[in-house]
Amino acid sequence: MRLHSKVIGAALCVASIVAPLAACGGSRSQQMDGMIISYQASEPQNPLIPGDTNETGGGHVIDMLFAGLIGYDKDGNVVNEVAKSITPENGNKRYRVVLNDDWTFDDGTKVTAESFTRAWSYTANATNAQMNASFFASIKGYDALQKSGVASDAQLPGLTVVSETEFTIDLTEASATFPTMLGGEAFFPLPDSFYDDPAAFGSHPIGDGPYKFDSWTHNQNILVRRNDTYHGNFPARNDGINFVIYTDADTAYSDVQAGNLDLLDNIPSSSSVTFQYDPTVQAVNNPGSVLQTFTFPNDMDHFGDDEEGHLRRQAVSMAINRETLCKKILGGTATPATDFLSPVIPGYSDSLDGADVLTYDPDKAKELWAEADAINPWDNDTDVLKFSYNADNPSAKSIYDAVAHYVSNSLGIRAVTNPVSTFAEYRQEITDRKLKTAFRTGWQPDYPAADNYLVQLYDSAAADGNGANDGDYKSPEFDKLMDKAAAAPTIGEANEYYQQGEEILLNDLPAVPLFYQNAAIVSAQGVHNVETNWKNMPVLQDVTKDME
Amino acid sequence: MGRYLLRRVLQMIPVIIGTTLLIYALVFALPGDPVKAMFGEKPVNDAVAAQIRAEYNLDKPFIVQYLLFLKNALTLDFGNTFSGRPVIDVIGDAFPITIRLALMAFVFEGVFGVIFGIIAGLKKGKWYDSVILIVSLLLISVPTFVTGFVGQYLFGVKWQILPVTAGRNPGFIDLLLPACVLGSVSMAYIIRLTRTEVASNKTADYVRTARAKGMSNRKVTMRHILRNSLIPVVTYLGADLGSLMGGAMITERIFNIQGIGNTLWQGILRGEATLVVSIVTLLVFVFVVCNLVVDLLYAVLDPRIRYE
Repeated sequence: MRLHSKVIGAALCVASIVAPLAACGGSRSQQMDGMIISYQASEPQNPLIPGDTNETGGGHVIDMLFAGLIGYDKDGNVVNEVAKSITPENGNKRYRVVLNDDWTFDDGTKVTAESFTRAWSYTANATNAQMNASFFASIKGYDALQKSGVASDAQLPGLTVVSETEFTIDLTEASATFPTMLGGEAFFPLPDSFYDDPAAFGSHPIGDGPYKFDSWTHNQNILVRRNDTYHGNFPARNDGINFVIYTDADTAYSDVQAGNLDLLDNIPSSSSVTFQYDPTVQAVNNPGSVLQTFTFPNDMDHFGDDEEGHLRRQAVSMAINRETLCKKILGGTATPATDFLSPVIPGYSDSLDGADVLTYDPDKAKELWAEADAINPWDNDTDVLKFSYNADNPSAKSIYDAVAHYVSNSLGIRAVTNPVSTFAEYRQEITDRKLKTAFRTGWQPDYPAADNYLVQLYDSAAADGNGANDGDYKSPEFDKLMDKAAAAPTIGEANEYYQQGEEILLNDLPAVPLFYQNAAIVSAQGVHNVETNWKNMPVLQDVTKDME
Repeated sequence: MGRYLLRRVLQMIPVIIGTTLLIYALVFALPGDPVKAMFGEKPVNDAVAAQIRAEYNLDKPFIVQYLLFLKNALTLDFGNTFSGRPVIDVIGDAFPITIRLALMAFVFEGVFGVIFGIIAGLKKGKWYDSVILIVSLLLISVPTFVTGFVGQYLFGVKWQILPVTAGRNPGFIDLLLPACVLGSVSMAYIIRLTRTEVASNKTADYVRTARAKGMSNRKVTMRHILRNSLIPVVTYLGADLGSLMGGAMITERIFNIQGIGNTLWQGILRGEATLVVSIVTLLVFVFVVCNLVVDLLYAVLDPRIRYE
């Protein structure tokens, strides 16, 4: 018996001590030679295939690995990459694309017209279940590819290859801003090797961008290295980017403070006020492209799309002090909204007619509320204005608590919040149109153009579950302006129509703009050239750091 | 002994089927559609969503989904995550890290817990007994995330003597602080448990008898007091090893350790039933085995216990 206990005890001891030590023997770090910039990231939720990537975890990596027909500079302006020219024909209903013939993929094959048309058809084809399929909805023949049982290699009839360096795109409707979309992830080209084994490609992508894929250790990091054959507009000034995966923003922030991580653009809410004064890090804080709003469903009691509803929506909007909200609650990491776009998007304006409904004026708000009461009285005993939000969003609670406070103080009505526990549940209630309250909405643009904000969110064609018009707002007048803008010969003229459309929105307020979320970045000491782009991200190619 | 073992192993089958069914039902009942959530605030493409549902069997009724999962699990095919990785690979990456962390925390809490507990128990009422008691009370009352963040800030950011986060393929040094944080609460419980047991056994009849017979102090302490005091401690340690293996969601998140707890957390957030259920199945298995080992250890510590 004594022997037994000793043997077992000793065995347990040895096992428990040796296991972790043996593990130490493994390689602790990868080869990180040269100037590799480490950047906080999240584990991609889809394989690293451009057409299947619709969230930031994979999107940031894809953006570094691929170059499309065009690219965007940090202010959201379009510059040609693989495309030599993109020319509209037939009143913006057809585009003729001519390519530069000296671009190659990392595997040495040429980037040709087919690299684009085949990739786009693959993504648009519902059989292939790619997340970005909807981006091709404006191309002729898209609907036919949405039926079940379509062959997985069926091509989009709207794309015609003319030669190795030329193809045309036929649209179902005229669009002036269509070319601005073409720098997005959905429109990146794919090499022929992709079609042999899409799954293998998804874990080891081959692109034509400023960086080359090196390795992906799941839940740990993704390493990309500079691509020396890239000769586009955005060459890398460092040797590579190491996307380090974190599940907790606080942890990543601690790593920046300790100098273990170079860049972080997801500031934890616990540091959202203090990061600008933290002596252990460097901070950048610029107005960004994400617009935060709350939406009124069209059939909400007292707040519908009629005269009473418009007055009440305006009253609620004017009851909120956006300046104080941005400064006190969000610590200066947001900028009060003045339109339905954002300051980094071409077409932005801070002086639209009717933009005063976005300023704080409690007296005017009370007047408007009284006018609405004259049409259909509000009963303070039974009527409550509710604001719904998803509780897993780190800052939503403090924002909507403040909004509800402002509204009940300024208007003297009962206003409360209605938190929904998770984002998935929240979106489900919205898509099923179960929420009959005002609800939090946010918009991060897919490409830097006004139509991406306005048409996708407020056009009648996007209502009733066909798009992101979650409040089912319908205004024939607004739709007409959107169509006019799409057919306008230049983007400048298009933007004039878009602004007229915004003025209608400012009266009807299908959603109330609150603020533009700033692009906030902290970097470790010794990191240089950190600038933000229209995606609220650092311009990774430009970042450099001191080497010891 | 052999028959007892066989019976215990057979008992595991209904336990595992019951728990997986329950967890599968719970994940299934989670509000919200995981496929719709994949599209975020962007419009949902119904054709694509239908394709994804079909691929993951999400379009079938609950019980069919569960039976398909069970059928595949028998051939060790646990399916893929939404990102297209085999679930078995995800677990294969995460579990060794959790085992390392759990064993380190286990050794930490076992060694220090028992040593301090014995000291306090043998010298009951002395000043160091009081200090140990107060410290253990503190550790029990402070939540892990506080110990974690404070430890991370002091040792990692301020003094820079230990790594802030564990990073990829963490070794001994990387996991030292997380293991201490993770083990600290259990260590405090073990201290209190050992102290009470030692203190009460010290005055037990058989100890007095042994002393009266002239046995040396050392032998009395080692053979009679300690051995009898350790039975409840071993029970506690065994159960604790099971829960340590289950991964520590809070500690793993604070130190960015990509173990089972962190993976499970991500799976729940994304509503990935296959991933969550596979991990839980594994955890149930580990827990049942740990308990079995503890039960067998009783026989070693206490000759009066026999399994037939």
